[in-house]
Amino acid sequence: MSTPAAAPGRLARWLDSDVWHSFRQSPMAMLAAVIAALCVFCSVFAPWVSPHNPFDLATLNLSDARLPPAWMEGGSRTFLLGTDDQGRDILSALFYGARLSLAVGLASVLLSLVVGVSLGLLSGFAGGAVDAFIMRVCDVMLSFPSILVALLINGVARAMFPQAPESLALGVLILAIALTGWVQYARTVRGSTLVERHKEYVQAARVIGVAPLRIMLRHVLPNVLGPVLVLATIQVAAAIITEATLSFLGVGVPPTSPSLGTLIRVGNDFLFSGEWWITIFPGAMLVLIALSVNLLGDWLRDALNPRLR
Amino acid sequence: MTTLLEVRDLAKTFDVSAPWLNRVIERQPRLFVHAVDGVSFSIERGTTLALVGESGCGKSTVARLLVGLYAPTRGEVQFDGQPTHAGRDAGELRALRRRMQMIFQDPYASLNPRWKVLDIVGEPLREHGLVPGVDALRARVSELLLSVGLDAADCEKFPHQFSGGQRQRISIARALATQPEFLVCDEPTSALDVSVQAQVLNIMKDLQKSRGLTYLFISHNLAVVRHVADRVGVMYLGRLVEVAAKAELFSQPRHPYTRMLLDAIPDIHMSGRARTPVQGEVPNPLNPPAGCAFHPRCPHANERCASERPALLAFQGIEVACHAVAEGRI
Amino acid sequence: MNTPLLEVKHLRVEFPLRRGTLLALDDISFDIAPGEILGVVGESGAGKSLTGAAIIGLLEPPGRIAGGEILLAGRRIDNLPYEEMRKIRGRQIGAIFQDPLTSLNPLYTIGRQLTETIQTHLPVGAEEAHQRAIRLLQETGIPAAEQRFDQYPHQFSGGMRQRVVIALALAAEPKLIVADEPTTALDVSIQAQIISLLKRLCKDHGAAVMLVTHDMGVIAETCDRVAVLYAGRVAEIGPVGEVIHRPSHPYTSGLMGSIPAMDEDRERLLQIDGAMPRLNAIPRGCAFNPRCPQVMARCREERPELRDAGATRAACWLVEDKAQQP
Repeated sequence: MSTPAAAPGRLARWLDSDVWHSFRQSPMAMLAAVIAALCVFCSVFAPWVSPHNPFDLATLNLSDARLPPAWMEGGSRTFLLGTDDQGRDILSALFYGARLSLAVGLASVLLSLVVGVSLGLLSGFAGGAVDAFIMRVCDVMLSFPSILVALLINGVARAMFPQAPESLALGVLILAIALTGWVQYARTVRGSTLVERHKEYVQAARVIGVAPLRIMLRHVLPNVLGPVLVLATIQVAAAIITEATLSFLGVGVPPTSPSLGTLIRVGNDFLFSGEWWITIFPGAMLVLIALSVNLLGDWLRDALNPRLR
Repeated sequence: MTTLLEVRDLAKTFDVSAPWLNRVIERQPRLFVHAVDGVSFSIERGTTLALVGESGCGKSTVARLLVGLYAPTRGEVQFDGQPTHAGRDAGELRALRRRMQMIFQDPYASLNPRWKVLDIVGEPLREHGLVPGVDALRARVSELLLSVGLDAADCEKFPHQFSGGQRQRISIARALATQPEFLVCDEPTSALDVSVQAQVLNIMKDLQKSRGLTYLFISHNLAVVRHVADRVGVMYLGRLVEVAAKAELFSQPRHPYTRMLLDAIPDIHMSGRARTPVQGEVPNPLNPPAGCAFHPRCPHANERCASERPALLAFQGIEVACHAVAEGRI
Repeated sequence: MNTPLLEVKHLRVEFPLRRGTLLALDDISFDIAPGEILGVVGESGAGKSLTGAAIIGLLEPPGRIAGGEILLAGRRIDNLPYEEMRKIRGRQIGAIFQDPLTSLNPLYTIGRQLTETIQTHLPVGAEEAHQRAIRLLQETGIPAAEQRFDQYPHQFSGGMRQRVVIALALAAEPKLIVADEPTTALDVSIQAQIISLLKRLCKDHGAAVMLVTHDMGVIAETCDRVAVLYAGRVAEIGPVGEVIHRPSHPYTSGLMGSIPAMDEDRERLLQIDGAMPRLNAIPRGCAFNPRCPQVMARCREERPELRDAGATRAACWLVEDKAQQP
């Protein structure tokens, strides 16, 4: 009656799936994946990949300051993309900066994902007053521009802990970005939960006598994560840009460990005196990361849409 | 023959009013749907009672009330002499859940698409702590799958790898995991093709014989009901209008609605016979007719039918809720 | 000998997908005479809805007609350009689908949808169209047709909506109506009303009907002839009484046997083991051979053609054997 062949392994199933096939068919997705992977690789392995350590004050030499990129007149091979006003190698600063930007981006998305999915599940499952309350909080949060909220949280934290160590500042930054992003997850997950909740496999679990919390986590959660994945991918790009904006405004990462945004700000002052490389290269790197991650997210949304159902 | 399940005056009302703000601004009244409006019946151990009716008659709601998916608005359900809802502590309710299980209509939505069959069928075993370890679980699940005509190797597969009929068998295997005595079957074959339906119905009958199961079988398909049931209850707009042994109901239907239903069904073996044309449609449950719910469509209705709701009365070995029958007019 | 109204000859419909091409309909042939009601019955995946869709010209891409011909009143319609087919659809062929809720445009009154259809296909003025529409509504049994003319679909119940859909299908006086599961979404008591209505109206208007359904009871009540489809092929075709009570194809007998009957008690229903093969795994030879209780070696190798089997025609090697016996 049923086929005697064993079920194929997970990897085999995924390779045969429509998702992988659509990936191979889309040159845009493959290019974006390659670029994103490259950026991530360089950022993660920045200490090993970069020619210099731009944040080690001992290696800096003011005489190297404001050198143009290697292919221009006055540039040197040791500093491929030139140096900034402190003598830091731009290329190395790019890698270290991207590292920080990516770290903040990923951490904040992770945090907002956890908060958003939990609240969305709770909202969809509990219904009634709990649902109404959480949704009103979402509405309120959505009416504030995210940068404003992040600025507010940052400003309050700085005022409360003026002598805070660097790690705390980073933590506050991650929290600030996360708190503006969780609303999307909550709403999406709530919608999916409302649908799944009425499906008969959930009712069957209730008839068996499974506790509601267990049903929520083990039955409903795996089935609502699909759209969340797409959202998260796109939000990583948004988070990175938010962090860059905040750093540009001077309220992001502490100046001692600059991220891409800080680099852009620093270079902004030198833009009109002709030293364009100090701001353009970090800007280009930011655009590259955000664009490739965004394109990946777009492809993922289309690939997951009707096929995997 | 002992009575396994007894239901007395069971009712469930759903509040379908508009949200509070809308009601205040638009001055709308509160709206209620009496999905189940005072239903009483009993089922003997080892037999099958079928509940039949068209969409909106409340039969699915009755099923869900029995297994505890809804709480009744009023009325009482007694399982094996013990009340199932009022004043039970959690431990007793759990023990009760082991003894009654449910099979659902939609084979595609009743199995979690992300779980393996092993986990799906094993969930009740795990939940009630009926097996000591993973190996014992696998052995028991394989046994259950074999008993419904599937392969033991199907443990490792996912629901989407099976057809509708096979999924319904997996549902049956899951329902049987805790060795229940009572199964509520909510239109288990309505979504299946005819030949697959035959397979599933045969399996259900075999299992009933071999394990002494008691079924409450919900369906809108009278031919299927005729095949599986011992007794049949006909529902209309949340009320029971006739309850009789199968042979009685099909050979001598008393209630006008039952007669109308039997007459209306297109049947492959009895085509070409003269039919009484059917009048009207099922009324809106938000606004049920006063008195007997069927009176607007009934060819035998009189003034009493329009004002007084008929009670379900015992009558020549069956139960009918009809003034015309009680008065001997038909 | 009358020319058949609809002739389907060796129709093949395929779906080119990335995993390979799926042959959904494989050499389907049948005729419908003018005014006749032909039932097309089969289980899910047999291809009956696809047959209807191919005839109306509404195959969903990537599905396409890969071979064969469809002739309406002697004229080929399967290879017509979109505009030509659009004129034929509605005027010559009317369609009734399963879900009355989605068959009607919720934004227009039903009166407007009716008059629009009438005026698109028939050379009549607005006033005449209005009158015709009211008459149609009355014929389909909608009470107070004049008032309900200006109501919207959501103001009708399911059964009423299906009556409106039938009125719409008949509005342009088509010669053929393709009805795809017209009563499946309705309650049992309404089903009977709609079936008898369909039958009566089609006789009155002289329209032939191709009734696609999985419900044999409906077929028994309504149709003159019936074609039984299995895995994209015609298993048996013939007068409805013969096919139901004296089938020649083992699948047809199995199917009839597995339907619970209203007039007799049986301990077990006749059961055909296994399931219909998926489109990408159709067995060699006769598609039914893995499940057939009377399978022979030949069935596994060669695919049988439709051949005469007494009162019906069946695609089965058993028939040929019987025919050869004295």
